[in-house]
Amino acid sequence: MSEPSSSTRTLHVDEHTIEEMRHHMRRYLIVGVALAVGTGLTVWASLINFGSYEINIVVALIIASAKGFLVAGFFMHLISEKKMIYAVLSCTAFFFTGLFFLTLWSMAHENIIQIHLR
Amino acid sequence: MSLINQNPSHMEIPYAVKPRPDTGLYNAKVGIWLFLASEVMLFGALFCSYILMRVNAPEGTWPHHWLNIWMGMTNTIVLIFSSVTVVLSWASLKMGQFKRYKFYQSITILCALAFLGIKSFEYHDKFIHYQVNLKDGRIFDGHLQSAASTTNQFVFKGRFIDKPEELYNPPLEHAEEPPITIAKSDIKIDPTTKQPMMENYGPWHNTYLAIYFTMTGLHALHVIAGCIVIFAIWGPLAKVWEQDPERYVNRVEVSGLFWHFVDLVWIFLFPVLYLL
Repeated sequence: MSEPSSSTRTLHVDEHTIEEMRHHMRRYLIVGVALAVGTGLTVWASLINFGSYEINIVVALIIASAKGFLVAGFFMHLISEKKMIYAVLSCTAFFFTGLFFLTLWSMAHENIIQIHLR
Repeated sequence: MSLINQNPSHMEIPYAVKPRPDTGLYNAKVGIWLFLASEVMLFGALFCSYILMRVNAPEGTWPHHWLNIWMGMTNTIVLIFSSVTVVLSWASLKMGQFKRYKFYQSITILCALAFLGIKSFEYHDKFIHYQVNLKDGRIFDGHLQSAASTTNQFVFKGRFIDKPEELYNPPLEHAEEPPITIAKSDIKIDPTTKQPMMENYGPWHNTYLAIYFTMTGLHALHVIAGCIVIFAIWGPLAKVWEQDPERYVNRVEVSGLFWHFVDLVWIFLFPVLYLL
């Protein structure tokens, strides 16, 4: 039996790992602060009259997307993940986009029906 | 080295700890990402439902400011803070600092409980919030303070609505409302159900509250599930750290990925439901 039994397994920790993790921890704290600032920014932007309600929606979604990128990219380590994960997420993005297009298409179709009924 | 030991009593699932050579990932990590992919579609379908209902709602009938922005903002900050403690706990374990990991994850669990506490308060606020249609044609909107079954009277704190549109767009700030007593006999009777027209702001009240309770309720279930898993790894399963630390680190990483996803969903739910 060449594989060590579970009771003898140890975690390999060296100076390089410790230094790398400390660097990561600093980064996580900065991202956390950025997310908190982003949350305040979202609320502030929602209370401003940009002249059109659609602009408020776009601004709120842009800030939310930026925050989402920070969580997915740094906390979930997606900026440096393996190809397999990117492949899985590419499929998800494809179907997710399709789902939204179907929604928009059905709404446009509904509008066309309404116009014909008038 | 064979993938599975020949002795059946020592059989091990391959790549539960070490990464597969072809993907560079251990099994649980592939598993959680596939699960999260399905979760994206689940919440995506609900967001699409929201868009459909929002866009097709007649002009002036989609509610604004029905939810407390500051509570939603506090909950967002709480979840972000918990996401930070989750990654810090994982990084601590990678450095072999088990006590620090325990400390950070205990904060995560407290944050999860705080989130659920605030959410429960918000739900309670909606369940005691009533719209009452009176026989004289007026509409009352307010929070139930007490109900006396002997006298058939209700005490509310709220305001009378001049126009029905005001229900959907209440002022952000208003003065302290005095208690108002409404007799059951003054409440209009619904001709179809023969019941008094007095309904709380539960998911049955309108489509906005239906999608609000569905999305936040499903999200809250995820928070509960994540909290249970993180607590289990933190407490009852902590002995795995002594036996197989690498496996333990992997479990913390996988539970952390789920927790970040829960945070990610809330980042979009907050502006969509509370602000827009």
